[in-house]
Amino acid sequence: MLKINDLHASVEDKAILRGINLHVKPGEVHAIMGPNGSGKSTLASVVAGKEEYEVQSGEILLDGENIDELSAEERAHKGVFLSFQYPVEIPGVSVTNFMKTAINETRKAQGLKEMPANEMLKMIRQKSELLEIDRKFLSRSLNEGFSGGEKKRNEIFQMAMLEPKLAILDETDSGLDIDALRIVANGVNKLKSEDNAVIVITHYQRLLDYIVPDFVHVLYEGRIVKSGTKELAHELEAKGYDWIKEEVGV
Amino acid sequence: MSKVATKHNDLKDKLVSSFLAFEETVDIDSPIHDIRIEAIKAFENQGFPTKRMEAWKYTSLNSILKHNYSVFPKVENALEYPKVKKYFVHDIDSYKIVFVDGKYSSHLSETTHDGIDVCLMSAALTKPKYRLVIDKYFNKVAEKDGMASLNTAFSNEGAYIHIPKNKVVAKPIQIIHFATGSESALMLQPRNLIVAEENSHVQIIERHQSLTENPVLTNSVTEIFANKRAIVDYYKLQNDKESASLIDNTYVSQKQESVARVHTFSFGGKLTRNNLNYYQNGERIDSTLKGVTIIGNKQHVDHHTLVHHIEPNCESHQDYKGIYGDAATGVFNGKVIVEKEAQKTNAFQANNNILLSDKSSINTKPQLEIFADDVKCSHGCTIGQLDESALFYMRSRGIPEKEARALLMYAFSNDVLETVKIPELKQRVTKLIAQKLGVNIGFDL
Ligand SMILES: Nc1ncnc2c1ncn2[C@@H]1O[C@H](COP(=O)(O)OP(=O)(O)O)[C@@H](O)[C@H]1O
Ligand SMILES: [Mg+2]
Repeated sequence: MLKINDLHASVEDKAILRGINLHVKPGEVHAIMGPNGSGKSTLASVVAGKEEYEVQSGEILLDGENIDELSAEERAHKGVFLSFQYPVEIPGVSVTNFMKTAINETRKAQGLKEMPANEMLKMIRQKSELLEIDRKFLSRSLNEGFSGGEKKRNEIFQMAMLEPKLAILDETDSGLDIDALRIVANGVNKLKSEDNAVIVITHYQRLLDYIVPDFVHVLYEGRIVKSGTKELAHELEAKGYDWIKEEVGV
Repeated sequence: MSKVATKHNDLKDKLVSSFLAFEETVDIDSPIHDIRIEAIKAFENQGFPTKRMEAWKYTSLNSILKHNYSVFPKVENALEYPKVKKYFVHDIDSYKIVFVDGKYSSHLSETTHDGIDVCLMSAALTKPKYRLVIDKYFNKVAEKDGMASLNTAFSNEGAYIHIPKNKVVAKPIQIIHFATGSESALMLQPRNLIVAEENSHVQIIERHQSLTENPVLTNSVTEIFANKRAIVDYYKLQNDKESASLIDNTYVSQKQESVARVHTFSFGGKLTRNNLNYYQNGERIDSTLKGVTIIGNKQHVDHHTLVHHIEPNCESHQDYKGIYGDAATGVFNGKVIVEKEAQKTNAFQANNNILLSDKSSINTKPQLEIFADDVKCSHGCTIGQLDESALFYMRSRGIPEKEARALLMYAFSNDVLETVKIPELKQRVTKLIAQKLGVNIGFDL
């Protein structure tokens, strides 16, 4: 589904991603771990199409198609979703209106008619129940005045609404208490299928107890320096990152 | 003498000499005419404002004063309702006072004398039964500067609205001035008087609409009196052709515990100058001034507001939003005076702007003159671009860039619409905003 080959990316002439290779197949869950500043969010943003970052070399293939030239919205229309580490506040636009616009614009791009209002409402009800989101919440301005946990839960609500093919969750667990973490993980697992894939970016093993990864990668200074299975996450939790630095000789 | 001054003077001379012809059409024995004569003298002395005057520093009238405007259109033009229906808020039941090239159009209008007076200024100025109200209110709050004096000198036609004590007018009143373009260039001097007596309530929608590519210059004066506990909601829908310019002079005089809200939606026109002055003559008054400006091309919109806090325990709320594209230019000058006696005043002012292009600009200036010590006055102005991180966030959800920008801009101006009390008007303005922003997005209020 997603193939990233030797990806180099920079911002303001500063190299951040320095040769990323990552292959994700449908049905898989990948975890990306690594110390702060190693480039995890940058990788997520580059895949989602943030223009601030300049791709110097390498390629990102989605279902075999190079998406490098596509805008963020075109990637979204192809099923890429990013749950933001820091969701942006948008005063004056309610959660509901935002989702209606996002869904209908996506459908339009896919050559589909607008979703009928009653269907939309039904979907909003179902998905907000799945994530145990109070309905009153949906009429509030997007992310404005939301607590950290509410923002993250709202991100997964949006994911549930948009049903993406490839979801990248950037530190969705930070700011969540254990109950919210369970709800969010449960939501992600319910959406999981043989046809879609999830990349979970996290510092902690905690989330991976609920969303169990098939592969775990360690990102360090813009490169994936080690890959393994879920046991690697346990090892990182127990021993930190220093041993990896020594092992890979950086 | 400079070229510019010559142009100003050409039109000035023409207007002053036209006054003689004008006198043949009105009752020169009426006391009103003494006011007119005073006013033409004042105009003759002051002339048109120039950029040398502080209040006109950023708005030059040169480009609009160069035309050879006719002052009295010769042909009477009949307009068919279906052709101009779209300029009305037509999905509501309303009273209508409609003018075509400055002349009253009876078949487009729906006036009344049933418990309230919604009719013509020309009638009010001449018929004895209106004498008391006219004597008490006419030209009592209007300024005596060049533009207002010019209007006063030629004041004869416009809307006259008188709402008696305790009367709540259920239907909004629409005042519409059409210009048809039968003249190569037309200048209009509409004059409106609105009097809301004690504890009455009235809603008014005002619009100036040109139907021609020929230049039209409207110099309008509206005097609004909100007496004790009255509520006046006044909406100005400015979406005229880019061949038309407007100098709007609106003066609001309030008595104790009254509420007066003026919303100004400026989306059109070549040059628009809004002078909006409030005078608080009583305690516990609430004055609200709100505006949304969305312009592009070489359009220019200038909001000059004044709130004069004269007595204690009053409030004023000013909230103006502006979005400027292309080479559009904007001005916001918000003056607040708090007199020494006006303790416990609460005056709020905000002016937030988004510039969409390098060539667009806004000059924004709060001007506070506070002589009382126990007051709360806040003011703030911002000039910015759209938030890039918000744009990426929206785009990553599949909302195309253009729609994302529009949604952000819509959201930006949205809170100004919150105080619009007529749902159909609110919907209309929402649509106009979406249209101005160049998209048709499926969000609602
Ligand atoms: N927009 C940006 N401008 C400048 N530096 C950036 C920008 N985005 C990320 N960086 C830098 O790139 C490095 C990687 O950041 P990031 O991808 O956020 O790391 P992580 O998510 O792994 O903590 C950091 O040194 C960060 O300061
Ligand atoms: Mg990060």
